[in-house]
Amino acid sequence: MLKIGSLSFQSRLLLGTGKYPSFEIQREAVEVSEAEILTFAVRRMNIFEPSQPNFLEQLDTQKYTLLPNTAGAKTAKEAVRIAKLAKASGLCDMIKVEVIGCDQTLLPDPIETLKATEELVKEGFIVLPYTSDDVVLARKLQEVGCHAVMPGASPIGSGQGIINPINLRFIIEQAVVPVIVDAGIGAPADAALAMELGADGVLLNTAVSAAKDPVKMAKAMKLAIEAGRLGFEAGRIEKKKYATASSPKEGMSIG
Amino acid sequence: MGVVVNGEFMELPERVVFVSDMLRHFDIHEKVVVVEINGEVLTRVEHQSTRLSEKDRIEIVHFVGGG
Repeated sequence: MLKIGSLSFQSRLLLGTGKYPSFEIQREAVEVSEAEILTFAVRRMNIFEPSQPNFLEQLDTQKYTLLPNTAGAKTAKEAVRIAKLAKASGLCDMIKVEVIGCDQTLLPDPIETLKATEELVKEGFIVLPYTSDDVVLARKLQEVGCHAVMPGASPIGSGQGIINPINLRFIIEQAVVPVIVDAGIGAPADAALAMELGADGVLLNTAVSAAKDPVKMAKAMKLAIEAGRLGFEAGRIEKKKYATASSPKEGMSIG
Repeated sequence: MGVVVNGEFMELPERVVFVSDMLRHFDIHEKVVVVEINGEVLTRVEHQSTRLSEKDRIEIVHFVGGG
């Protein structure tokens, strides 16, 4: 069970809703992923084309918890504004704080992320900041009251997987709130590794939406996250330098 | 009345008095939209009671796909 603030979830996969080939494929991918939390972005509406289809309209919003992000914000002030706009929809109390500090790498601005998180916690939001894998920043985000911390595995949309497992492990060891590995996941193995390291959940988007078969990949990610979690709970063996036989040495009929 | 909607100046017809009238005018009253007037975010119930004024800066946003 994944607990974030006052909310509980069976699924540990949080799925993004951007860049799917079609709404039909997206709907199917969301369904097979069994994700309960879906991320969205907040954007100006094209009021001259109101008939534009919108994925949200095709969703049973009672069935899912919406996690809007503050993507597009470059300052804490902008992030807080986007969060308030999202909450005013009446559909969600959660917010993914995403304050980008570098256009090329899309890495988050740590100082603005911290400021926005602190203010939104005070405003009563359930706050999930997207952060780099900085161990001290993750701790400071928790000190200001965030409800989950979401370190990136590698740059957004890069599919490079977990490039610094040591830092992720440190963040997980020190965390007092759920740790959700967000961004950079490419393959199911990456998601499984995140869970084996002890993450509480994984948030991904491009790995599914841009896969050759997004529906199949959504299923693969679901299974990988479940397998990784089970593996973590089961406790893996220590790595040894030399072999140890699995079969008994006694009672051999030869020699 | 002349207002700025999503960065564009436009004239709204006289029958548009409240925010809810404006949403109907744009035919988006049944959609999930959030309105901000001069930097103040409105809740859905406030759409009915908030009057528009000349030169208001109006933002209409919605949820789109994102990660």
